[in-house]
Amino acid sequence: MTRRQKKNLRRILLAAVLTLAVALIPAGLLPTVWGGEEERTLLRLLLFLCPYLVVGGDVLLSAGRNLLRGQLLDEKFLMAISTVGAFALGEYTEGVAVMLLYQVGELFQGIAVGKSRRHIASLMDIRPDTACVLRQGEYLTVSPDEVAAGETIRLLPGERIPLDGRVITGESSLNTAALTGESLPRSVSPGDRVISGVVNMSGELLVCVESVYAESTVSRILELVENAAEKKARVESFITRFAHWYTPCVVAVALLLGIIPPLFVGNPAEWISRALIFLVVSCPCALVISVPLSFFGGIGGASRHGILIKGASYMEVLAGAHTVVFDKTGTLTRGAFRVAEVHAVDGQEQALLALAAAVEAHSNHPIARSVCEACREEALPAVTAICEVAGQGMTAMLNGLPVLVGNGRLMAENSISYTPFAGIGTVLYVAVGGVYRGCLLLADEIKPETKASLAALKACGVRRTVMLTGDRAEIGEAVAREIGLDEAYCELLPGDKVARVDAMRTARPGLIYVGDGINDAPVLSLADVGVAMGALGSDAAIEAADVVLMEDRLSKLPQAIQISRRTMRIVRQNIIFALGVKGLALLLGAFGYANMWGAIFADVGVMVLAILNAMRTMYVKKRKE
Amino acid sequence: MKKTWQLEDLDCAHCAMKMQEGIAKVDGVISVSVNYLSARLTIEAEEKDMNRIIQEAVKICRRIEPDCRILL
Repeated sequence: MTRRQKKNLRRILLAAVLTLAVALIPAGLLPTVWGGEEERTLLRLLLFLCPYLVVGGDVLLSAGRNLLRGQLLDEKFLMAISTVGAFALGEYTEGVAVMLLYQVGELFQGIAVGKSRRHIASLMDIRPDTACVLRQGEYLTVSPDEVAAGETIRLLPGERIPLDGRVITGESSLNTAALTGESLPRSVSPGDRVISGVVNMSGELLVCVESVYAESTVSRILELVENAAEKKARVESFITRFAHWYTPCVVAVALLLGIIPPLFVGNPAEWISRALIFLVVSCPCALVISVPLSFFGGIGGASRHGILIKGASYMEVLAGAHTVVFDKTGTLTRGAFRVAEVHAVDGQEQALLALAAAVEAHSNHPIARSVCEACREEALPAVTAICEVAGQGMTAMLNGLPVLVGNGRLMAENSISYTPFAGIGTVLYVAVGGVYRGCLLLADEIKPETKASLAALKACGVRRTVMLTGDRAEIGEAVAREIGLDEAYCELLPGDKVARVDAMRTARPGLIYVGDGINDAPVLSLADVGVAMGALGSDAAIEAADVVLMEDRLSKLPQAIQISRRTMRIVRQNIIFALGVKGLALLLGAFGYANMWGAIFADVGVMVLAILNAMRTMYVKKRKE
Repeated sequence: MKKTWQLEDLDCAHCAMKMQEGIAKVDGVISVSVNYLSARLTIEAEEKDMNRIIQEAVKICRRIEPDCRILL
């Protein structure tokens, strides 16, 4: 609690004690001290005014000030009017109680919002305080924004990395939990890139800074989350518009209620009392505060799990997503080739792989590298005279015999008879001394969690899953079949992807596009929600997407949808609950069935409950995996 | 340029809205947002106007919510 909140709490407690004391003085006690009926009423009024002024003095002052400035529909002014009105009608206890509970509500709201603010701030506790920079042979501790690109900083174990850079010396493991929500350590050695916001765990590192603080990953992420509240959801704008009209309308009805019926049926005190009930219920605070608070909490809770949602409006779309479109390579599949099958004519698969690896070891082509990775043999055959044939493969010499490793064209050019292999992926044929020896099938591997994540998406209410790829139809369709996608569009050029997504989005809004965020920025921005995966350290992806999954894990997408759906559910609960109770109170009040106590509940009670409900959004359960 | 300040004791959402509306009317302000939940004031304006604008903003905040302070 801040100092001001503590002061208010003391005032509320004092007033509560006073009210209780005054209310409990037996009516019979007063006349023995003083004489007539009139004095007794006056004394009671004076006694009740004490707690009233203690707790509501500042509200009256501020209401008076607002009155002078012509701001009639201020909530403080409404509270002042309704409590003064209650006093005028002789309902002293109610008058004090309304003011007292109003202040309790305000205090509670302040504490709740402060708590949420701190909670979110602690989630986003990735802002580094200092950087230890090497200048003229000495280490100086400075603020991260004073460090220029190209300078060297030192990181001790346990420290948060303040700036993006590359390791010069030292080995260590890093804890990326603050950014990704997963506490899987990541090891780094000289030459590796390190990202600001993660914690250095085990060893001392010297890092060459690559970008200034304002452009570092951590400041981009913080800026993004802090600005998320600006992109308002449709339901939020609705509440703002609603609040704009609700209060004036209720106040107008209150006025009419207090003036018109008494002209016909008399009994003005009763009608004014009903009008006062209207005034107490006229504040839309429950909604105005709880709806943005729900989104704030939801976005904060998601960011704790490495899911950055750039605005409440995207939460709304995520919650009601109909179609999810995926890019294949790098999203559903690893985007890296892997040796899937080896077929040797003589049955010696290991030897064939070793031979291919020995030749391919001299190339930097991604296919060559994955062949080398697949080979476990330590001692590779000694090949010489290695030569790369562009677009075909490699040639070399082994024990005086020519070795060919490459595609069908390489075999055909060297007039080697081979059996074409009909597998899904890229096929490498191997021939030695002019004789075909076997082949290797390289396939882009599907990520292990792809299938489960797609099933989880369906469980979240997604109707249609679509894959777009520039890859060959046979490969694309095989992948789609294996992981259980509804549709697959293959052999697309980048422009085709844009057109395809545009058509689907027009046909049925609520389209999520998931990509790696690097070469599909136009599609990301076109979709209703563009999701970039594995964006940790990729500034371009963080810029382009609406939702950023910090880690390269598709399972975060169903989680993001679940968090959004839960947030929307809480928002809807609050709207229905608050409007329902207020509507009921207004209706009952108008017909004389509700008293001041009911009105207080409809105002303060509903607000407190709505805020408590909204705060649930912050606490996102760790998903069972 | 855009600049952001922290607000202390910003206790009502309605006041935040009124502050935003008030500051938006100050001459030279390109855009302004008063965020109740993060308790932040962000003003976009030409650099030369910034000093004058923030002084105006302090006055506006004091008028609307006397308890709330802009942490300069």
